[in-house]
Amino acid sequence: MRVLHAQLGHHFTLGELVQVRADLAFVTLPKEHLRSAVLHLRDICKFSHLVLMTAVDWLEEERFQLTYLLHNREKHWDLGLRVMIPRVASHMESIHDIWPTAATYQRELKEMFGIDFPGSPGVDESFILEGWKEIPPYRRDFDTRHYAEKTFTQREGRKTEDPAKTMKAKLYPDET
Amino acid sequence: MKKELEKRTVTGPDGQTFEVEPLIDYYCEAHPTVQPPAYSKIIENLFNWARSESIWILGFGTGCGAIEMRPLMTPRFDAYRYGIQWRPTPRQANLLIISGYLSVKTLKRVIRSYEQMQSPKYVIGLGSCTINGGMYWDSYNTIKRLDDYLPVDLYIVGCMPRPEALLEGFNTLKRMIRAGNAEGANTYAANFDWYKTNQKRVIHDWDMPDYNW
Repeated sequence: MRVLHAQLGHHFTLGELVQVRADLAFVTLPKEHLRSAVLHLRDICKFSHLVLMTAVDWLEEERFQLTYLLHNREKHWDLGLRVMIPRVASHMESIHDIWPTAATYQRELKEMFGIDFPGSPGVDESFILEGWKEIPPYRRDFDTRHYAEKTFTQREGRKTEDPAKTMKAKLYPDET
Repeated sequence: MKKELEKRTVTGPDGQTFEVEPLIDYYCEAHPTVQPPAYSKIIENLFNWARSESIWILGFGTGCGAIEMRPLMTPRFDAYRYGIQWRPTPRQANLLIISGYLSVKTLKRVIRSYEQMQSPKYVIGLGSCTINGGMYWDSYNTIKRLDDYLPVDLYIVGCMPRPEALLEGFNTLKRMIRAGNAEGANTYAANFDWYKTNQKRVIHDWDMPDYNW
C-alpha cells in the first residue's frame, strides 16, 4: 500500500496514507484530482470494483467528506479515497461513466445529503423519500426526533429505559 | 404528480386524437360503502363461519417481519393446515399482514394494495413497529401507529413474533370473524375521510386517486 501511495504521489496531490489494516487504507485528495485518480486506479492499478460511495457530514467544519471505496480483486486491497467539499451548495463531479453503479449512490447522496452530482442519471428524481420537503435527513442539523414528533402521531404509554441503568439495577441491586 | 397521470391528448392508432384524464378515466371515483350484514342473523353467522375458514394472505412483506412468513409456509409450522394460504395479488387476498416497520413510501403502496382487496378484508399488524413505531420511534420515515392509516383488526406483539405467535394470531382472527367483530372494511368505509386525512398528512406526493380499487 505504501508503494502504491508513493507511486500515486507522482501524479496527484495526496494527503497522508491512513493505514487501518494491512489491506485497508484511506487517503485524502483534492476534489479536482478525484476523477483522474479514480481512472488511474481502475485502469492501471487494477482497482476494478467500486465497493461503496458515501458521505460524512462535518457540520462544525462546514464540510462534507465523500468517501469512495475501491477494491483490487487480485491483491484483496481496499483503498478509500476521501474528498472534502464545502457544505454550502455542495456539488461534486459525477463518476457514473466510470462505474454505472455510482449513479445509484449519487442519487442517494443527493436525496439524503443534498450533494448534487450534475449529469448523473436520475439524480433529481426522488429515490426513497417521495415528496420530501425538509432539509435532507442525513444532514446533522436535521432533527429527526422533532420531525417524527411533528409528523406522526405517537401512541400513548410508550416508555423508554436506558439499557445500561436497567440491567445494572437488575443484576446488581445492591450497588444502586 | 406523475407525468403519466396528467391530462393529455393522445393520438390513437386510427389517427383520431382524444383527451385522456387518467385519474378519472382509468379509475373509479366512487368511495367505498358500508356493507350491511345479511338479512338474518343465522345467515350472517354462516357467512362469517365461511369467511373465517377462507383466509387468503396477500404476499406483501413490508419490513423485516416478512421473514416470519416463510417458516409458516413450509412444513415445520405449516399454516396451510388451518386453511390459510398466501396469494400473489391483492385481488385474490382478504388478509393483509403489515409485517414490521412501515416506511412512508411503502405505506403508499400498502394503501393501494389494501384498497384493491375484496371486502370483507382484514388487517393484522405484526411486531412492535406497527403498534408504536418500535425501535423506529424517532425515525423520520416510518409511521408510528398503523391504525391511523388502516383499520387494524389485530396486533401481534413481539420483535419479532415467533411463527407460533402468528398461528395464534390467525386463530384469534378466526374467532373474531366468527363472532362478527372483524369489520375492518366497514370501519374503513365509514371513516373514510378520517383515514384519507391521516394518510395525506404523511404522504406528501399524493399522485393517485383517493380510492383506487
